[in-house]
Amino acid sequence: MAAKPMLHYFNGRGRMEPIRWLLAAAGVEFEETFIDTPEDFEKLKNDGSLMFQQVPMVEIDGMKLVQSRAILNYIAAKHNLYGKRHQGREIDMYIEGVADLNEMILLLPVSPPAEKDAKITLIKDRTTNRYLPAFEKVLKSHGQDYLVGNRLSRADIHLVELLYLVEELDASLLTNFPLLKALKARISNLPTVKKFLQPGGARRKPPVDEKSVEKSRKIFKF
Amino acid sequence: MGEGTAMARRKGPGVENPGDSIMAAKPKLYYFDGRGRMEPIRWLLAAAGVEFEEEFLETSKDLEKLRNDGSLMFQQVPMVEIDGMKLVQCRAILNYIAAKYNLYGKDTKERALIDMYIEGVADLNEMYLFWSISPPNEQAAKMTQMKDKIANCYLPAFEKVLKSHGQDYVVGNRLSRADIHLVELLYTVDELDPSLLANFPLLKALKTRISNLPTVKKFLQPGSPRKPPLDEKNLAKVKEIFQLK
Repeated sequence: MAAKPMLHYFNGRGRMEPIRWLLAAAGVEFEETFIDTPEDFEKLKNDGSLMFQQVPMVEIDGMKLVQSRAILNYIAAKHNLYGKRHQGREIDMYIEGVADLNEMILLLPVSPPAEKDAKITLIKDRTTNRYLPAFEKVLKSHGQDYLVGNRLSRADIHLVELLYLVEELDASLLTNFPLLKALKARISNLPTVKKFLQPGGARRKPPVDEKSVEKSRKIFKF
Repeated sequence: MGEGTAMARRKGPGVENPGDSIMAAKPKLYYFDGRGRMEPIRWLLAAAGVEFEEEFLETSKDLEKLRNDGSLMFQQVPMVEIDGMKLVQCRAILNYIAAKYNLYGKDTKERALIDMYIEGVADLNEMYLFWSISPPNEQAAKMTQMKDKIANCYLPAFEKVLKSHGQDYVVGNRLSRADIHLVELLYTVDELDPSLLANFPLLKALKTRISNLPTVKKFLQPGSPRKPPLDEKNLAKVKEIFQLK
């Protein structure tokens, strides 16, 4: 009986959230060890558990994996969410676009206050003029229920996670993207995703607030 | 990458699977005439023995044209035309090439290790990229930070991997993309400051071994598609093309 994956991170979204989404969507139960203090983080580093002295780290199938993409790629392949032969390149292209926009949103809470407004403007511009149109166009091109290969893949999960973030930033950003809105609704209704999205018991972390940013700064010293 | 992919057919490293090369056209790379984010792709194709063509962006108008063509999914380069597809996003391109030419490990666990290692390499590459285009007054501080990471985090981590198994390649006792990306990085480190490699004998040995593979040796010779570091003239060109400040 395989042990459940163990996630090591602070108790917040950050770079671990896409991993939580993917595991949850795949119906995989996991455990979490939260880094609450700088001492917790030092301990992990001194243990030799972190190849590059960084988290996320996930203990899974006998490995201590670091680097989000290594972790996500492994989970996706293991649980058949990486497409069939040659579909991988399409999935990768889409999810890397998602990752780029995700990165901008991720770094927003820690950007200097003087730069925040300009960054929000840029994020909104990229969202409505670059990323969402590209994905809407994909859905329009084949008219299917999933982004790639007419079946659920990690591309759907990562994109829908992003759509939730976009909605949190500004719900009006999704207005002109009916196919994306429909995708979001469909994926949200999958039993595993529905469960993940429920408040209470769910693994999904809440949006970042000032307090948690400060806590992260102390732990990770940035 | 599902389980029933090119990875599962075990041919020698760097050898394409039969039936994959129905499209015999050479891959075509769209980027400016410099390293940037395209260089790892050039290294990997070269190491796999794949000939490719390049179309260089010279001005921002060239980039505009590509965008207006609808060739760039996210309006960005690198873009590589390969096997009937216009692929953007470095990792999508690299992952595809690596899998196609059997340079991505033999199973998902080997791939996980490869991914972990190459993402570390990518993080350092990213630091180098930003350093190379940052204003002169910021470069010294960025360089110090980078050298610290190189000497105290990344090189020790990779030396440790090689020490742990004592094999000639980073993963799975055979050539993979991990060796190629890492050795590319070691060349960059060597350019920045050769003394950084002094305390890492296994990495130095890996660099030598990989450099002696026929395809890599050819790529390292003058006249190959390998690009030099960014100089002032090309920095100005890059800033114009991508409208950077």
